Order: sequence, then structure tokens, then C-alpha cells
Amino acid sequence: MSQTPTNEHTETHRQSSERRMRLNMGPQHPSTHGVLQIVLDLEGEVVMRCDPVPGYLHRGTEKLAEERYYNQIIPLTDRLDYVSAFNNNVAFVMPVEKLLGIEIPERAMWIRVILMELQRIASHLIWYGTSLMDLGAVTAFLYAMRERELILDIFEMACGARLTYSYCRVGGLLSDVPPGFEEKVAEFVKAFPKAWKEYTDLVSKNPIFMDRTMGVGVVTPEDAIDMGLTGPSLRGSGVDWDIRKNEPYYGYDLLDFAIPLGTKGDCYDRYLCRMEEMLQSNRIVEQALKFLKPGPVKVDDPKIALPPKELSMSQAEAMQRHFYQVIHGFNVPVGETYGKIEGSKGELGFYIISDGSSHPYRMKIRAPSFVNLQSLPLMTEGRMVSDVITCIGTIDIVLGEVDR
Amino acid sequence: MPIQESLQVVVKKLQDKFGDSILSVQEFRDEVTVRFKPQVWLEAHRFLKEDEDCAFNMLIDETAADYPLRQERFDVITHLLSLGKAHRLRVKTQTAEHIPSLYPVWKTANWLEREAYDLFGVIYDGHPDLRRILLTEDWEGFPLRKDYPIEGYDI
Repeated sequence: MSQTPTNEHTETHRQSSERRMRLNMGPQHPSTHGVLQIVLDLEGEVVMRCDPVPGYLHRGTEKLAEERYYNQIIPLTDRLDYVSAFNNNVAFVMPVEKLLGIEIPERAMWIRVILMELQRIASHLIWYGTSLMDLGAVTAFLYAMRERELILDIFEMACGARLTYSYCRVGGLLSDVPPGFEEKVAEFVKAFPKAWKEYTDLVSKNPIFMDRTMGVGVVTPEDAIDMGLTGPSLRGSGVDWDIRKNEPYYGYDLLDFAIPLGTKGDCYDRYLCRMEEMLQSNRIVEQALKFLKPGPVKVDDPKIALPPKELSMSQAEAMQRHFYQVIHGFNVPVGETYGKIEGSKGELGFYIISDGSSHPYRMKIRAPSFVNLQSLPLMTEGRMVSDVITCIGTIDIVLGEVDR
Repeated sequence: MPIQESLQVVVKKLQDKFGDSILSVQEFRDEVTVRFKPQVWLEAHRFLKEDEDCAFNMLIDETAADYPLRQERFDVITHLLSLGKAHRLRVKTQTAEHIPSLYPVWKTANWLEREAYDLFGVIYDGHPDLRRILLTEDWEGFPLRKDYPIEGYDI
């Protein structure tokens, strides 16, 4: 360094401009999967400091929920992780049902399991398509959309919507699935493994893809636990933890499926875990179909479930109940509970404090994307800019859920 | 349904260790909530993580809740999970504003505490980087406080 006397300010400026550059990646960068800003301090092409700046999509869901009846919150949850809206619905109604102390009917439970697993496949397909598109593999995206379309058709058949379903209700489901639903799901289950093989053939052994993901963004099991990673991002590091297996809910203990684990904790392992998970979800759907027996899909409690339309149009009491429900909602006992499911991104939890009224006193969403995104600096600091994109891809974030 | 045996051990150990610093132990819908005095907040979490019978190696969630009528208006709440023992615990305390940060115990606390600071205004002492995370830096007020209007201020 030169010893010539200079103005202190220009000297530091010269140093920083020569060595370090601050680069704002996003919030409109296509590979950030939405509106995420990442402030990168670079030396050459090496990331010295990485600071994700979420919040561009913050809509105050938790505040809004405090002013709404429980069933009115369901549409809000759709808009969190919008590529797996059904999982959000279930994660929200679970703690409410727990607070109320009700058991949902068996048929509703199995329909939820089937749709949750289909949703997981759909969500992973979006991840597969978009994260590979970020790496330059546009074809993969088109392949993934093809199968996702079939899943969306199944959802459309069940509830009429293709993205924001709002199909769950506290105490069951909005309505039963139409005739022909099971056949359509069975058809998908049968066809999916073949399509899945196409995905892996296309990408898994691709040398360019392997170069860009192997050894990139390594997270050790200790770090993964310390950073609170959950879902495939945790399992990619080789930690055997899946709520469906370790703390089973909804009859997952009756089903036979495997939990894929990584060994090195790099982007490639996380990729493999998610790929394998799709196939396992497909197996779950196949088995869950066998448990699907005719029966009610709503809990038989006039205080919680709306009366059937025919009754509310023909009987005075049923109509009163309908009005009361729509105008007032239902009261939930005083207490607090935390409900969690293994969402497609990780542990999706809803913590609800009830003060005994018809809306929650406090609702906290434990969003897996938010917590998982926190490990991005750990994965990327000291690596190239292009690795940042790979890492964002394999953490699998959805900004609707990060920002809530 | 009685609570998990491993959790009963945890509660017993906590009572032995912290005694009067535990304000209450609640069981509700198979979930256990332990309320500590704020003075032992950090110490209690460190114990919960490091003790081999507790072994809560993961901080699942950390948040707050606002009760504006109380003297110490905020409840600070953590959800802990032990991967090895497969049990969960909810830990609470209350504060008027300041509470020690859990960042030294779990790195996860970094963003979770920033979020709680952002939305409630709870100040985590010892947090390395306490700034707003979801809202813009120049935002006024803390939206999740109960006295924050849901539909904007009157002009």
C-alpha cells in the first residue's frame, strides 16, 4: 500500500471501490423467486458478506388474523406459501381443531392426507422447475409444469380452485370430493413414476448440473440444527427428522414410506432429497387411497360446521344456525396451542392463543421458508455469486411465506 | 392423555434446578408451557439445551404476544424441540421491554428476534444485529401491538 499522504476519506473510498463492491441482488431479480433483496458485498466475484432483506411482500397476515373469525383466516393462509396452499390450510385448522377438542371424520382426514401429499409433489415440481431454470435448464421447467397441471386438475375437481384452495374448514372440509376423484388420483399415481424418471434422467447425472451443485452450500448437521433448518433442507444434511415419521399425525403411522437423507449437506444432496421425496409422496397417496371410505367430511357439531344447504333453506333452526355462524363465527375455548405439519418446505406451524372469543388473540406463523432463508449467508459467504443462485434454489423459499 | 414421560422428567428437572424462578407449569392439550421469571430467561434456555435429559437442540420459534393492560405487557414465547427425544416445550416469560437475546444459545434466534423486535418492539439485549426485518427501516410504530390500529390512523 502506498505511503503517500492522502485524505482519509478518499483513501478509504479508493480501497473500498477497488476491493469491495456492494451489489444489490433483487428485489426484482428473477432467480430470487419473488421479491427478495440480497445485499452482497463482493471482492471480485467472491461473496464476502451476504445479507438477505426480506419484507417486500409483507401483508401483516398475523395482524389481519386477529380481526377475523377462524374460518375467515383460511383464505389468508392460502396466500402464504402459495405453491402449497393446501398444506397451509391444514396447518392452520389443525391447532384450531385441537383447541376445540374435536376429531375430524376419517374420510376428511384421508382426503387431507391425499391432497397434502399431492400438494407436496406439486410444490416440489415448482421448485424443480424454477431452481433448474435459474441454473439455465429451461426444459426442466416445462417438464415439471406438465405433471403439476395434472395435480392442479385434481384440485380443481375437488374444490374448484387451482391455486388458492381454501378447501379446509375447521372440523373437516368444505365439501366432499366429487365422484371420479379417486380414479383420477389413481391415474396420476400410476403415471407419475414414469414422469419422475424423465426428470431425473434429464438432470440428476447432468455434468453441468453436478458441477454447479456438488460441494456448494454445504451445511453440516450441527449447523443445520443450530440454524433451525427443517424439511428437506435439514434432511439434506443427513439429520433424520420428519414430523410425519417422528411425531405422526393424521394416520401417517399407518403408511409405509421412507425418509430420504443426504450425506454431505450440499446443494446436490438437497436436490436428491427433494426428488426422492416426490416419489415417496406418490407412494403415500397410493396407500392413502385404500383408506378412503365413504362417510361424512365435516364434524357433526352444529356449533362448528355449517348446516347442509338443503336444511338451511328449509328449516328455520338450520337457517338461524347458518346466519349465526356466518355473522358470528364460533367461539374457541381459552388456551393456546401449537399445531405443526411437515410442509413441503419444512416444519409449518401455527401457534394460536385464544381468549375464548371467535377470533384468535394472537396467531403466529412458524414459516419454514423464513427460518431456512436465514442460513443463506452461512451457505454462500466465501463463494461465488453464481453459487448464491444455486443456494437460493435449493433452500426452496417462497416469498409469500417468508414475508407473511 | 398424560404427557410424554420424557417431558415429565424435563419438568421435574426444571423444578429442581430453578425452583422459585418458575412461575407456573401448565399442561393443555398435551402441550407443556413453563413460565419463568425474566431474570433466568437465558440461563433456563441454556440449561434446556445442554442438559442431556432435556436436550432441546432446536429453537423452533421465538415470538411475543402483547397484553397492553398488564404492567409488563409482553409475553416472550419460545417453542423448543428435541430431535433426539422427540419432545417439545413452550417457554414463556414476561417483560416490559427488555429481554436477553437467545442468539448465544441458538443461531436461529437471530431473525426470529429481529422479527419480534420489528413487530412488537421487544428489545433483545445482546442481539448482534437488532434492526427491522419485515418492515422498512423508517417505519413508525410496532404493528402487532394491540394498540396499533388495523385500518390506519385518523387524520
